[in-house]
Amino acid sequence: MILYILCFILLLVGLYGVLTKKDLIKIILSLSIMGYAANLFLILFAYKNDAIFPILSESAVQEAMVDPLPQALVLTSIVIELGITAMLVALAVRLYQKYKTFDITKIRSLSG
Amino acid sequence: MPIETWLIFILGFMIVGSIMALEIKDLLSSIIAIGIVGLALSVAFLFLQAPDLAIVQFLFEIFAIIILILAFLKKEYHKKDDPSNTNKILTLVTVITLGAILFFSIDVFKALPAFGEPYMNTAKYYLENGATETGSANLVSAIILDYRAYDTLGEVTVLFTAILGALTIIRIKKKSSGTEEDVV
Repeated sequence: MILYILCFILLLVGLYGVLTKKDLIKIILSLSIMGYAANLFLILFAYKNDAIFPILSESAVQEAMVDPLPQALVLTSIVIELGITAMLVALAVRLYQKYKTFDITKIRSLSG
Repeated sequence: MPIETWLIFILGFMIVGSIMALEIKDLLSSIIAIGIVGLALSVAFLFLQAPDLAIVQFLFEIFAIIILILAFLKKEYHKKDDPSNTNKILTLVTVITLGAILFFSIDVFKALPAFGEPYMNTAKYYLENGATETGSANLVSAIILDYRAYDTLGEVTVLFTAILGALTIIRIKKKSSGTEEDVV
């Protein structure tokens, strides 16, 4: 259970960054921290004591394998995260070219 | 050492690295700290018996660092933010609220299955019949490409749309200001 709590703390650190930071780059980094925590949480569920990775071979026994389903879904999620990061970075660079700042409070006070 | 001790160590390392990345002033150090957190996550996946994920996370991290550094490593971005800009009361209230969320969610974690004893209702079917039904020795790829192929199709669609959106956003800049060099 201590692992779940630590993983949740990691998610909360990311949430703290999203809520309090004013730099757009820091917000993007916080979002990726939250992504790490969510992925790790699902994989922590999948682990089985004394089990091996789910690849069949001569010596591998099916009863002693970790859950392959969350691994497949998290694989999907990691790849999507990369696309989202690229798009956020592109948006941030465009915002900088328009407003000459990464500070979201200053961007909000400007119109258009 | 038991695996839980290793994982607690890695997770503590990740938490410290994340806080460092958020609080450090220098932009390049911040991005590199995030990279270290992601690589630690890759090691954690290896400990949790997910080699496919560890490889993908490793590649993702390197690509993410390359994208972030290429986009944000300009001199003009490295401005010192004045200390009056940070709202101390807002930060304090946020930390207290998040601490309260953590405190009240501990009961939820007690209700979850304990670490190392998953339910594996669906996975039992995949483990028993995956090899005969799909012909793949790697059961993760059997699930991705056969049982949950529509999920993967959706993933590829989302990824395609995100990359298309990013390229479109960058291309607008090229048309409006042709003299400026390409950033990403």
